[in-house]
Amino acid sequence: MNKWQGWRKIRYESELDPDFASEIASIPGGDKLYSCIQCGTCSGMCPLSPYMDYTPRQIIAMIRAGFKGEVLSSYTTWLCASCYSCTVECPKEIKLTDIMYAAKRLAIRGKVYPKRFPTPVLAGEFFKAVEKYGRSSESWVLVNLFMKTNPLKVFKQMGLGLRLWSQGRLSPKREAIKRRDELKSILKVLEKEHMVKDKEEMITAGKEVV
Amino acid sequence: MSYIYYPGCSLKSTGRAYEESLLAVFAALDIPLKELEDWNCCGATAYMSISELKAFALSARNFALAERQNGEEDYAEMVVPCAACYLGLNKAHRYLAEYPELRKKIDRALEAGGLKYNDKVHVRHPLDILVNDIPAEKITSQVKKPLEGIKVACYYGCQLVRPYADFDDSHNPQTMDKLIKLLGGEVVDWPLKTRCCGGSLTGTVQDVGIRLSYVLLAEARKRGCDIVATACPLCQFNLECYQKRMSNLYGQELNLPVLYFTQLMGHAFGLESRKLGLNRVFIKPSRVFSKKEGGQYVNS
Repeated sequence: MNKWQGWRKIRYESELDPDFASEIASIPGGDKLYSCIQCGTCSGMCPLSPYMDYTPRQIIAMIRAGFKGEVLSSYTTWLCASCYSCTVECPKEIKLTDIMYAAKRLAIRGKVYPKRFPTPVLAGEFFKAVEKYGRSSESWVLVNLFMKTNPLKVFKQMGLGLRLWSQGRLSPKREAIKRRDELKSILKVLEKEHMVKDKEEMITAGKEVV
Repeated sequence: MSYIYYPGCSLKSTGRAYEESLLAVFAALDIPLKELEDWNCCGATAYMSISELKAFALSARNFALAERQNGEEDYAEMVVPCAACYLGLNKAHRYLAEYPELRKKIDRALEAGGLKYNDKVHVRHPLDILVNDIPAEKITSQVKKPLEGIKVACYYGCQLVRPYADFDDSHNPQTMDKLIKLLGGEVVDWPLKTRCCGGSLTGTVQDVGIRLSYVLLAEARKRGCDIVATACPLCQFNLECYQKRMSNLYGQELNLPVLYFTQLMGHAFGLESRKLGLNRVFIKPSRVFSKKEGGQYVNS
């Protein structure tokens, strides 16, 4: 017997975010989002959809309907391993993987991702390392990841780490590029810009179109 | 023609054997590879999750450096062995050409670093080069120890053939199969050759990631494969380093060596195993390599 799940959660149209779809659609080639026919090919192809709380097809429908909170805080986007099976098979050529990335970025900017869930933390650690050194050092990224999510895991992974180290496949050395200033000044220009536009910008853009 | 070699972060650490074997094989075939000077990270999948623009800028810097290093020559041919780097750079290459608005922003950023990108770069994978640029006779003439009787499962993974199938088919890719056949090996019919290995999920959400890798290996084993050949450092890591945990979790002893296709090539070319990084693998392939003609194991 299934346990009683509580009253069904009702969402009213007034609670939805009507700008969410255009926010996501502002990525390069993102307007294809509106041509989705809900065939479910993406969910069928996805090797991870059985583990997701919403399948990719549902995510697309929810983005279009404006379920911003549900989409950004779902596990779905963080389980996406970027294998591009959905993108290749989509009969409407929707770039689903790019849409997942866009949702990930919004979730990180809005800090609404599932707490202590390792995937966004890994992305953050990787980002910081590359921003600073220009290259990622796998050993450091992993140590920081485990420290921030589940410190006990450091010990669990120690055996594997040591074996890799003994084969010369993992080293505590920091990898870095020589001209770090050059890279820094390149990235600094893009500091304030985002592909997914800010909400205010979206609203003014929408007005112009109308 | 000279090629510019872009290693990427993985090939300098967990995937060192890939770099070693790739360089050894290209040297044996007499194809010069020059490492890109002061290359930076491609951004991989993680960077995209934070800032798409910056991820493209990282690739653009690499392109600008490659052009500069290439000098007057026509196009800079960048050889990118890691699948994630290959896709990251290839995607940036296409997006910069397709979306002028994005291009403007990236050009402005590059200018701040004193660099310029003029669209004179080709992003190539070693498989593409070995099959499409190099005549097959050149490869067969180098084969000294053919992989006779060895059944190989060619694993392409995701990002080599998806979303862009630039040099191969995205559903049933054939380049690695062709190469293995040239080396005298037998290719196992294995429909999972482009299914996802779980990528970085093996580190983040392990119960999901390891299961995805296990499915691939269990099927390969069922189809009688002796060895899995890969072209991606993350796939190689996932399929090899977690095998012990897989057998604990799913109660099946797999014991399948997982090698880079370049290591198999180098072995067939008769190169020294140390030069191919064969000392850096957990599951030693020696048992498979000593298989006699006709597919019988020598000592088992």
